Amino acid sequence: MRVLMFGWEFPPHIAGGLGTACYGLTRGLARAGAEVIFVVPKAYGDEDQRFVRVLNASEVEAEYGNAVMGDIWERVKFIHIDSNIVPYASEEEFASEGEKAKKGGSFRDGDIWRERFNFSGKYGTNLMEEVSRFAVVGAEVARMLEGQFDVIHAHDWLTYYAGIAAKRISGKPLVVHIHATEYDRSGENVNTTVYNIEKAGMSAADRVIAVSHLTENIVVNKYGIDPRKVCAVHNAVRFASNEADQAERAIPDKIITFLGRITFQKGPEYFVEAAAKVLKREPKARFVMAGSGDMLNGIIRRVAKLGISDRFHFTGFLRGEEVQRMFALSDVYVMPSVSEPFGISPLEAMKSNVPVIISKQSGVAEVLKYAIKVDYWDVDALADAIYGLIKYPALSDMFITKGQEEVTAMKWNNAALKVIDVYKDAINNPL
Amino acid sequence: MKTICLYFQIHQPLRLKKYRFFNMGVDTNYTDDHLNRTTVRQVTEKCYLPMNELLLSLIKRHAGALRVSFSLSGTAIEQMRQYAPEALDSFRRLAETGAVEFVAETYSHSLSSITSPEEFKKEVELHTALTEELFGQKPTTFRNTEMIYSDAIGEAVSQMGFTAMITEGAKHILGWKSSNYLYANAINPRLKLLLRNARLSDDLRYRFSDRTWNEWPLTADKYLSWIMSDNNQGDVINLFLDYETFGYHQNADTGIFDFFSHLIDKAINEGIEFITPKAVAERFQPVSVLHIPYAISWTDEERDLTAWFGNELQNEAISKLYAQRDKVYAANNDEFFHVWRILQNSNHFYYMSTKWFSDNSVANVNPYGSPYEAFINYMNVLSDFIRRLEA
Repeated sequence: MRVLMFGWEFPPHIAGGLGTACYGLTRGLARAGAEVIFVVPKAYGDEDQRFVRVLNASEVEAEYGNAVMGDIWERVKFIHIDSNIVPYASEEEFASEGEKAKKGGSFRDGDIWRERFNFSGKYGTNLMEEVSRFAVVGAEVARMLEGQFDVIHAHDWLTYYAGIAAKRISGKPLVVHIHATEYDRSGENVNTTVYNIEKAGMSAADRVIAVSHLTENIVVNKYGIDPRKVCAVHNAVRFASNEADQAERAIPDKIITFLGRITFQKGPEYFVEAAAKVLKREPKARFVMAGSGDMLNGIIRRVAKLGISDRFHFTGFLRGEEVQRMFALSDVYVMPSVSEPFGISPLEAMKSNVPVIISKQSGVAEVLKYAIKVDYWDVDALADAIYGLIKYPALSDMFITKGQEEVTAMKWNNAALKVIDVYKDAINNPL
Repeated sequence: MKTICLYFQIHQPLRLKKYRFFNMGVDTNYTDDHLNRTTVRQVTEKCYLPMNELLLSLIKRHAGALRVSFSLSGTAIEQMRQYAPEALDSFRRLAETGAVEFVAETYSHSLSSITSPEEFKKEVELHTALTEELFGQKPTTFRNTEMIYSDAIGEAVSQMGFTAMITEGAKHILGWKSSNYLYANAINPRLKLLLRNARLSDDLRYRFSDRTWNEWPLTADKYLSWIMSDNNQGDVINLFLDYETFGYHQNADTGIFDFFSHLIDKAINEGIEFITPKAVAERFQPVSVLHIPYAISWTDEERDLTAWFGNELQNEAISKLYAQRDKVYAANNDEFFHVWRILQNSNHFYYMSTKWFSDNSVANVNPYGSPYEAFINYMNVLSDFIRRLEA
């Protein structure tokens, strides 16, 4: 099986969980005998290429204005107006284009021109322009690698246009992979531009892979995608080492931790209300909210109002090692997300020997047995679960031991096998 | 014949360092020693030393006709001892002239007068003892943190043996009355009240170097003409300011030192008399009692307590702090008393204020990016302190 894969980031240069998941999956695919060419907007050269060939889109000279790309270009052209037409053309390219222009009197066929675009590969203000240019590169790559791949696989909406373009050029089946939808990020107040791109990608795809059944339902119900072509493949997790960090515990009190962006999607306010309830029964507990986000100030006020701020601490945004340290200091990890397509952080907590409580509205709840699951809005149940885990060592010990086994058994290899089945299905049974 | 009473407040809080959740249980040094040292050194060099020098020479030149009064908060004295002993020496030299009255306040510039009568008493006793030890005077005049005053606070202060108290001539309590007279406490009229002339004092505190002010530049002659004018009739004009106004908030190159020197020379030549708060209280008869059931202060346009008790962050931090009082007393441990007093500095709570307009911003430079950051940091320190108290 040969796969042309489009992603937006690849370790070590990552902003979120998407790059990590892509890396894990490609490792699994390689182990299962698949060959993967991974196209990313910007490669830095230090990517781990043992399992995958990383192709840097910033080095691909692509043809703009092509008729095959017409409608996609049309849809995103308005974003493109202010940008430079040929920002990084080399001197030679400029000269040759000039030659052509002299000979033909104009550039080829009206508005076609070739250029190389230096992607930032970030999530900045010109994101939409980069998304549309990535599509043009996608078409070029499909042309370049003709006959070298059997299936196209695109991760999240940023790469969908590239996937669609590659499919049009090559005629190979397209699989899109949903790591998060606009509904998870924004609730009901969706960004319609993003929604439209997501929907276009899913509609054009031959198969849609969702990271959980929760997400699968959103794809079918909110995007109106044919349920026959949608399936769920749960994420797995890779750990750099098997040793859990042992930080010196300076405080004997039980510590209950929330770690994530402090935004609507993550449900931080339910954690606060549960904390207040627990502290009424167990005044010695301590709660930590790690992260930052647009709801932080409101949460701080609420904590002050509840009169628990000597037992409820804020750390701000934590980086790599600090996250490990936070896990090592924690006795319970809580993820009360309102909507979480998958949710990798509880797995990291379990790996660090911390029992976890997760909301039923998270994808990871579908695969975890040794986690306490509550509805995100059920503050009483959440408080109950926290109290149980800090008061009854038998319970938390079981979650720690069994959770460790469970999370160690979650391998990308298994997920990759399922993905290969999806590829085969897409090739053999077109809908 | 005009009479002027000059009073200068000197306060430096012990600023907290960035204290994170991860410091809890590991790190018991809560103060930002570098920042505190730098600030105290700066203020010493820009204000305390040159202004003390100027006052000394003026007192000498006018053979005792110039009288001034000071209060130095306990946390300011502690830091001068540590970082600027020469500043303390220079205040002692001022004390030796006999032309200076030292006024009592709360040791840590705290809000204890509102939150805890017992702690208030202790803080005042501590500060009185320190002042006596350093300057050889037992204060008889009291000034509360940020001029906070109410009938009840006045009564408590008079029970501690003070005969005069300094507070704000707040418009909303004065109405048609003038701050240029002596008043008395409504519960115990033996406590005399000196009210700050807010207009004339703030002309120097805030407006002196403000080029958008229509009276800029302010000269000694112009200022003196305001003092002499019919708008300022009365027994005594009380000019009460932060001492840091001279050379620190108003830089030396604004001309503030020259202005002050000329002002004193001219005023004394024209026969204006300078007296201390104690002398004011002894010489003049109170014109009436002042009823102030709700506390006032000299802060912000409202002149009330909302700069410290305005939002849920401040209320939470203050109530959590003072809830520790009995534990601190019971522990009876010098280190704990020290931290307890540092944490009472009213500045910490001011940093948590979310009020939009505060005219005090010059005097209270906020080291935090937002009130929320100030709150988180303060609560981390307080939580660790509570942990140690309960350990």
